[in-house]
Amino acid sequence: MFKKKMYAVLIALIVATMVLTACGGGSKKVEVFSWWTGGGEAAGLEAMIKIFNDKNPNIEFINAAVAGGAGTNARAVLATRLQAGDPPDSWQGHAGQELIGTYVAGKQIQPLNDLYDAEGWLAVMPKTLIPLISDGGNIYSVPVNIHRANVLWYNPSVLQANSVSVPTTVAEWITAMDTLDAAGVTPLALGEQWTKMHLMETVFLGTLGADKYNGLWDGSTDWGSADVKTALDNFQTILGYTNSDSASLSWQDASQLVINGDAAFNVMGDWAEGYFRELGKSPNTDYGWAPVPGSGGVFQFLSDSFVLAVGAPDEDGAMAWLKIAGSKEGQEAFNPVKGSICARTDCDKNLFGVYLQSAMDDWASNVVVGSLTHGVVANDSWKSEIDTALGLYIQSSDVGTFQTALVAACKASGPCK
Amino acid sequence: MYKNKDRYLSIILISPSILAVLIFVYGFVAWSMRVSVSAWKGLNPDYTFVKLNNYLGLFSDPRFHVDVRNTLIFTGVFVIGSILLGFILAVMLDQGLKGEGFFRSLFLFPMAISYIVTGVVWRWLMNPATGDRLSGLNLLFSQLNLDFLINKWYTTEGWGIAAIALAAIWQMSGYTMAIYLAGLRGIPAELREAARIDGATEIQMYRYIILPLLAPVSLSALIILGHMSLKVFDLIIAVAGKQLPLDVPAIYMWQTTFDGLFYGRGAAIGILLLISVAILIIPYIRYTLKAEGSS
Repeated sequence: MFKKKMYAVLIALIVATMVLTACGGGSKKVEVFSWWTGGGEAAGLEAMIKIFNDKNPNIEFINAAVAGGAGTNARAVLATRLQAGDPPDSWQGHAGQELIGTYVAGKQIQPLNDLYDAEGWLAVMPKTLIPLISDGGNIYSVPVNIHRANVLWYNPSVLQANSVSVPTTVAEWITAMDTLDAAGVTPLALGEQWTKMHLMETVFLGTLGADKYNGLWDGSTDWGSADVKTALDNFQTILGYTNSDSASLSWQDASQLVINGDAAFNVMGDWAEGYFRELGKSPNTDYGWAPVPGSGGVFQFLSDSFVLAVGAPDEDGAMAWLKIAGSKEGQEAFNPVKGSICARTDCDKNLFGVYLQSAMDDWASNVVVGSLTHGVVANDSWKSEIDTALGLYIQSSDVGTFQTALVAACKASGPCK
Repeated sequence: MYKNKDRYLSIILISPSILAVLIFVYGFVAWSMRVSVSAWKGLNPDYTFVKLNNYLGLFSDPRFHVDVRNTLIFTGVFVIGSILLGFILAVMLDQGLKGEGFFRSLFLFPMAISYIVTGVVWRWLMNPATGDRLSGLNLLFSQLNLDFLINKWYTTEGWGIAAIALAAIWQMSGYTMAIYLAGLRGIPAELREAARIDGATEIQMYRYIILPLLAPVSLSALIILGHMSLKVFDLIIAVAGKQLPLDVPAIYMWQTTFDGLFYGRGAAIGILLLISVAILIIPYIRYTLKAEGSS
């Protein structure tokens, strides 16, 4: 008898707690998941949250950020939450196939075409961008910032001392690096494995041009073709001009070699510029930039963007957040702090530094293509297969096997048949 | 009656942990096995049965070959290095020198550090930069005019993983020393005295008396170090990040599952890891149980 009473009390207590937690708050809230936890990214997010709170005083903003560079940890946490049926209202992802291949294929995010129409975003974002963030005519994410991947950073004094001018084609680039190599300068600074993939995709773009490069990702360019072989041969030649300790360097270490005058060139996304500024260097005197040789007039982009979850606990809150993320005000608050440019082409240029202003001009006028390393053009599975093939190639230097593996990767996880 | 009550109480007291182990260890092992024979690729579970295709795929996967080779090299260098160094340290400490307590703690301290910290320190020590940017151990060698010792450490083609094993040896040899020291202290002094009276040299005494008596200790050390090296992950990530030349099954499992969304393949790697550890551990457990049963 006594036992039964105890059980009854216990159960009543448990039920009461559950009801209380479920009711907790009562007002509206929106949970936004990201990996912006430090530096300019976190400060930029804070600035956007402030705007959100000003405009939506009745919605509580929950910042569910998980630390870890480029979201490697955050994505594992997110995958677990989604499999448990507990999605955040909106989360951050690299715009393009990294989102589409994973979350659209998994029916986890909703199309946002109505939002784009209502807010007039199609008119203020580059036309060539939209197909890269869409699938089957549906747009799936709101890009907040834009980074450029195909940037060749150089040390102006090193080039001048060796009478080398900034190369515009792959052939010129190789000749220039020959001269520098003979003069005892490391021609090209390179870091750990992912920076090699970054270099590879820009060499692909520089060799193949925008159309054939795009074709690699929609299946219209044959990975086994002679063109791709030429691109791989170029990549092999270019790797021959790099520092021998690349495997032990982070991208910062590699960029720093250029700034310190130990190396002449470095291919890295334009977050490197933020790093140069942090080191107290000034544009055009301490460092110069150009599109990676062969890719002039093409803007190879990557972007952090936000999505709308299927079954978002608070869809209205999520929509209110996405409106801020895509607005001129929100992007102007975020990007100058983060060191990137707006996805919109109508942001105020005076808020940005010299390099970013030039990037904004290119963003508005160039052909836009997507980055492989940073999740735009290939889904996660395909990218990881390419990464493995690249790693094996770096060990063996066997271009033939590499190309065969790339063909196989496209068949197994890409659009190739 | 009293005994019975005790028994019920003890069963009730340990039942939560037994339940937790059943669910969180064996339950998930079973679930991983199920995933490892499924076609699951992508975010949503797909339990279509594909027989042993994931395993067969791994056996013909050049990356997995790299992983197995690296694990073998790492295990070899790490286990042999730690046991040799640990044993030598233990014998030296066993000579009754002054300040033994100090040295014992000194050699044991690295074990108190996490692999991540060890990795970060050794990443700096084993800096493979050349020329003006020489640093870490290579800089030390160059200043001591020992240039022939300067090497590429963990970026050495094909054998970089052995350099990582050096860091692991540094961390675990103190622990091995402690195991051996305990073993040495357990050997009765009479045995040594008897050997000396019979005219054995010190070397003969170690070879014919001490080492055979330490065999169970060596086996424990071998098992503990061996299963640690099969699971190594954090140390490599801290030293070199995710790079294929230093790939091991645990890193491949993590990358292919969470970066590449190949859940089926990831689970298959996990199960292969489990089997390899089990091959090492199960005979040991049987041996220990037998030994305990007979005593």
